[in-house]
Amino acid sequence: MLKIENLHASVEDKEILKGINLEVKPGEVHAIMGPNGSGKSTLSSVIAGNEDFEITKGAIYYEGENIEELAPEERAHKGIFLSFQYPVEIPGVSVTNFMKTAINETRKARGMEEMRANEMLKQIREKAEMLDIDRKFLSRSLNEGFSGGEKKRNEIFQMAMLDPKLAILDETDSGLDIDALKIVANGVNRLKRADNAVVVITHYQRLLEYIVPDYVHVLLNGKIVKSGGKELALQLEEKGYDWIKQEHAV
Amino acid sequence: MDFKENMISSFMAFEDHVDVENPIHDIRTEAIKQFEKEHLPSKKNEFWKYTSLNPYFKKQYSVYPKLESALEFKDVKKYFIHEIDSYKIVFVDGVYSSYLSQTTHEGLDVCLMSAALTKPKYRLVIENYFNKVAPKDSLNSLNTAFSREGAFINIPKGKVVDKPIQILHFSTGNEANLLVQPRNLIVAGENSHVQIIERHQSLTDNEVLTNGVTEIFAKKRAIVDYYKIQNDRLNASLIDNTFISQKEQSHVSVHTFSLGGKLTRNNLQFFHEGERLDSTLKGITLIGDKQHVDHSTLVHHAQPNCESHQDYKGIYADHSTGVFNGRIIVEKEAQKTNGFQQNNNILIDDTATINAKPQLEIFADDVKCSHGCTIGQLDDEALLYLRSRGIPKKEATALLMYAFSNSVLDSVKIPELKNRINKLIAMKLGVSLGFDL
Ligand SMILES: Nc1ncnc2c1ncn2[C@@H]1O[C@H](COP(=O)(O)OP(=O)(O)OP(=O)(O)O)[C@@H](O)[C@H]1O
Ligand SMILES: [Mg+2]
Repeated sequence: MLKIENLHASVEDKEILKGINLEVKPGEVHAIMGPNGSGKSTLSSVIAGNEDFEITKGAIYYEGENIEELAPEERAHKGIFLSFQYPVEIPGVSVTNFMKTAINETRKARGMEEMRANEMLKQIREKAEMLDIDRKFLSRSLNEGFSGGEKKRNEIFQMAMLDPKLAILDETDSGLDIDALKIVANGVNRLKRADNAVVVITHYQRLLEYIVPDYVHVLLNGKIVKSGGKELALQLEEKGYDWIKQEHAV
Repeated sequence: MDFKENMISSFMAFEDHVDVENPIHDIRTEAIKQFEKEHLPSKKNEFWKYTSLNPYFKKQYSVYPKLESALEFKDVKKYFIHEIDSYKIVFVDGVYSSYLSQTTHEGLDVCLMSAALTKPKYRLVIENYFNKVAPKDSLNSLNTAFSREGAFINIPKGKVVDKPIQILHFSTGNEANLLVQPRNLIVAGENSHVQIIERHQSLTDNEVLTNGVTEIFAKKRAIVDYYKIQNDRLNASLIDNTFISQKEQSHVSVHTFSLGGKLTRNNLQFFHEGERLDSTLKGITLIGDKQHVDHSTLVHHAQPNCESHQDYKGIYADHSTGVFNGRIIVEKEAQKTNGFQQNNNILIDDTATINAKPQLEIFADDVKCSHGCTIGQLDDEALLYLRSRGIPKKEATALLMYAFSNSVLDSVKIPELKNRINKLIAMKLGVSLGFDL
């Protein structure tokens, strides 16, 4: 589904990703961990199509296609979804209006009819319920004045509505209280199918108790330096990153 | 012949067509003298610094159409908010069209300035209000000198008008260089409530110029909501002068939607003559294509305990120019004034210009006044966020612009009008999004 080969990416001539290799197959759950500033959000931004970053070497293939030239919306239309580490506040656009627009624009791009209003309403109601989101919340301006946890929950609500093939969740757990974490993780698990995949970026093993990864990768200084099974996350929780840093000291 | 001479000689011809015995004509005569004395607006005048009328003063105008133009309702229906029942006062090239109008009324006057100026039953209202709040500067005086036609709305005490009143000014362009000068008077009696929608619309690609004056009087506790739709063609220029006098506890709001026209000047001034009243001035300007929109506002706080709210959003693209000159004057007596002013602008590309100049002149000491003025570009992060959810760049941009101006639309109290403005904005932005939630 996703294949990243020797990916180098820079912002303003500063190289941040320094040769990433990663393959994600349908049905899989991958976790990416790594210290602050190691390049996790950069990697997800590059996959989502943030034009601030320039790919200087290597390639990203999604369903066999090199997506470098695709606009962010085209990637979304193909089923890529990024849950932002810092969701952007957009005053004046309600969550519902935003969701309607996103869904219908995506459907339009896929050559489908607009979703019927009652179907839209039904979907919105169902997904909001699944994530324990108050309906009143949906008429508020997108992310404006939302608490950290509310923003993250709202990201997963959007994911549920858009039903992506590849979802990248960038620190969706940060800011969530224990109950919310369970609700959100449960939501993600319910969306999981054999034909879609999830990449979870997190600092904490706790989330991975709920969203159980098939693989755990450690990103350090722009490179994936270690990969393993879910037990790697436990090891990191216990020992931190120093031992890996030492293994890879230049 | 220069513009002044052109107008003065037109005035002499005009006198052949009006009743010079009518006391109103003394006011007109005074006004043409005043016009003769005053300087025409020029860049030397600080309120005209960024808007030049020079090209307009180089032309020769006629002040009354020689031909009468008839229009079919079906051809102009789209310019009305036709989804709702309303009173309609319609003018074609400055001439009243009884055919397109719908003024049957009971318990209020929805009629014509020409009637008000000549019929004895209106004499008192005219004496008390006509030309009482409009300042005597050059262009107002010019309008006063030629005042003959326009809307006259007189709402008696306690009357809540059952439906909005639409005032439409169509220009056919059938005659070259016609200067249309509508003169409107609106008197809202104590505790009355009225909603008015005004639109100027040119119907062809010929040049048209309008110099309109509207005087509004809101008496005690009256509520007046006034909406201006300016979505004209690239050949149409409008100088709009609106002056409002408010008595205690009245609420007056003016929303101005400037979405098109070659040159649009909105001269909007509020004068306070009572306590505990509020004034709302809001506007959305969304232009491109070398268009020019100038908002020159004034709220004159002269009484204690009053509020004013100004909120103007501007989005400028493609060689367009905006001017926002927002003044708040707080007199010594006007203690406990709350005066707010907000002016936010987005420049879509670097060919667009905005000249923003907030002016606060405060002579009282116990007041709360604030103004905020921003000029920026669209938020790239927000754009990426929307796009990453599948909303294409153009639509995402439109959504952000819409969101940016939403605080102005929020207070539009007629849903069908709001809907129409939403559609006009979507059309301007070239998207088919329904911003209807
Ligand atoms: N737009 C940018 N301009 C300059 N530097 C940037 C930019 N975006 C990211 N960086 C830098 O790239 C590096 C990687 O940042 P990134 O956000 O990818 O880290 P991260 O692994 O997600 O960290 P965290 O765990 O704190 O979220 C950091 O040093 C950061 O300062
Ligand atoms: Mg990050």
